[in-house]
Amino acid sequence: MVRLIDQNKVTKNIQPRIFRNSIYKYFFLAATTLCLLILAVLFIRVLRQGLPHLDWQFLTSTPSRKPEEAGVYTAFIGTVWMMAVVIPVTFVLGVGAAIYLEEYAKKTKFTTFIETNISNLAGVPSVVYGLLGLTLFARAFALGQSVLAAGLTMSLLVLPVIIVAAQEAIRSVPNELREASYGMGATKWTTIYKVVLPTAIPSILTGAILAISRAIGETAPLVVLGIPLFLIQTPSTFFDSFTALPMQIYNWTGRPQAEFQEIAAAGIIVLLVLLIVLNSIAVFIRNKFSKKL
Amino acid sequence: MLLILSWMKGVFSLSSQHNTVPFSVKEMIAKKQKQQKNIGEKVMPWILLLTAIISILTTLGILFTLITETFHFFGDVPFKEFFSGTTWYPFSDPGQYGILPLISGTLRITFIAIIVAVPIGLAAAIYLSEYATDRVRRIVKPILEVLAGIPTIVYGFFALTFVTPLLQNFIPNLEIFNALSPGILIGIMITPTITSLSDDAMNAVPKAIREGALAMGATKWEVTWKVVLPAAVSGIVASIVLAFSRAVGETMITSIAGGSTPNLGLDVTSSVQTMTAYIVQIAQGDAGYGTTIYYSIYAVGFMLFLFTLIMNLVAQWIRRRVREEY
Repeated sequence: MVRLIDQNKVTKNIQPRIFRNSIYKYFFLAATTLCLLILAVLFIRVLRQGLPHLDWQFLTSTPSRKPEEAGVYTAFIGTVWMMAVVIPVTFVLGVGAAIYLEEYAKKTKFTTFIETNISNLAGVPSVVYGLLGLTLFARAFALGQSVLAAGLTMSLLVLPVIIVAAQEAIRSVPNELREASYGMGATKWTTIYKVVLPTAIPSILTGAILAISRAIGETAPLVVLGIPLFLIQTPSTFFDSFTALPMQIYNWTGRPQAEFQEIAAAGIIVLLVLLIVLNSIAVFIRNKFSKKL
Repeated sequence: MLLILSWMKGVFSLSSQHNTVPFSVKEMIAKKQKQQKNIGEKVMPWILLLTAIISILTTLGILFTLITETFHFFGDVPFKEFFSGTTWYPFSDPGQYGILPLISGTLRITFIAIIVAVPIGLAAAIYLSEYATDRVRRIVKPILEVLAGIPTIVYGFFALTFVTPLLQNFIPNLEIFNALSPGILIGIMITPTITSLSDDAMNAVPKAIREGALAMGATKWEVTWKVVLPAAVSGIVASIVLAFSRAVGETMITSIAGGSTPNLGLDVTSSVQTMTAYIVQIAQGDAGYGTTIYYSIYAVGFMLFLFTLIMNLVAQWIRRRVREEY
């Protein structure tokens, strides 16, 4: 009998290939683990430095020249004020644009132009938005270093994120729902308002929360706008100057004393907790409502 | 027509005998036409169009701002000096505005970031797309994306207070402000961009092609190297270009840990200054409105804008090509 397959030859050929495969597999696994490890080191390091300083006094004190008396109160309230501008502005403008692009716009060159433009805006560095805000809102509209100027700048910065998220959400609403609504005699706007939006709103909210958490963490546009690094008063109108969490962290990080770097870490914990809470809400909304469809 | 209508009317009135309200198709149509005259129906598309146009206005605003102020800048500083001068020192009198040192600083940090991010990002993408089970992938991918969601100020803090002192143990002549440490941190920041987009690109490769290769007796690595990677190459390259553009535009990490000494050369152990860090330095100080220094941040910002715009367009172009293949 002729042996068509030489067992030894096959083994000799396949052994090193399988070996190489597993080497590469462990290399890829190691790279993935490395990323997770870096994330863990970052968190542990910040927690170890900041946790001892994180107490009620830190949360309720205004910034101070003495690190042991300094706190994030002014900065936290400033961030909340800024969000009070960013949330309604981005939501109305972002969802509005998404509805127009998905429901009304015909596939014309103009529509394609808007869409290309949005994806290009998403790639513009945040520091350039800072320059836009400085010229347009701070100087031309004479809003100065106010909550409104910073809030509007941040809104423009995160607008592309929320538009794209809302577009995807609206696109994923099944067409049957729209047709059923038309079939019942509803008009276009009624269909959008009563059928499309309620169905798409969980995904839209998820995208909106992600966009807003980006606005909370962004520092560069605020620095370029000239938002003060050191401020004791909290704003009482939208036209008052303010400072925000990342600005406060930036201020503390830049100081040479070790104590200030430790309270910078404590400030970072506050910022990260805020972001984690927001993201958890986003994940919760997505999980709770995605099952229904 | 009338016959049909009257027949329908009969049918409708028959079926609605239980209800006391009689109605006709004619009335319904009239009512609907009235509804269509509803203000919302007429006005809403226009309001929505306006919100969509905001994005175009933003682009125009950015372009207008950058171009007019840059124009002022070139009134004071000759074109040739800006593009070919090798010294950036605006604080002397007259100031020296050669942008090459800033570009050199930016590119040094960006290349370090790319050297860190491409191998790690691609390896993680290959693991997630080719080796990991679906469950692992669903858990690990969002965690990796957390790395991209961490505010850059946190990375800056981490670079200055942790990575630089750590590196100083190995490289004794490393200065407190250097290009190496922010470069590494930016690399970590852009890794998820590469991982996520490359993973998507590799997942878009049809399963049948993979199974064909596996059935021929290829190992998973051979399938990855010889089949999946060549098929997904445009998506992968696009992800790297996009990550590169993000690294060029990164501001806070380089401002905090990179320093503020614009210089030419290849040295990564001493203080440098990137284009973004320069804008932050001047905006933070009190350069008076209308001075050359004030206008210079717009000129630098314009360069930055053009640079990232071109990179993004290249990435889009590459990605559009991959879509046509399947």
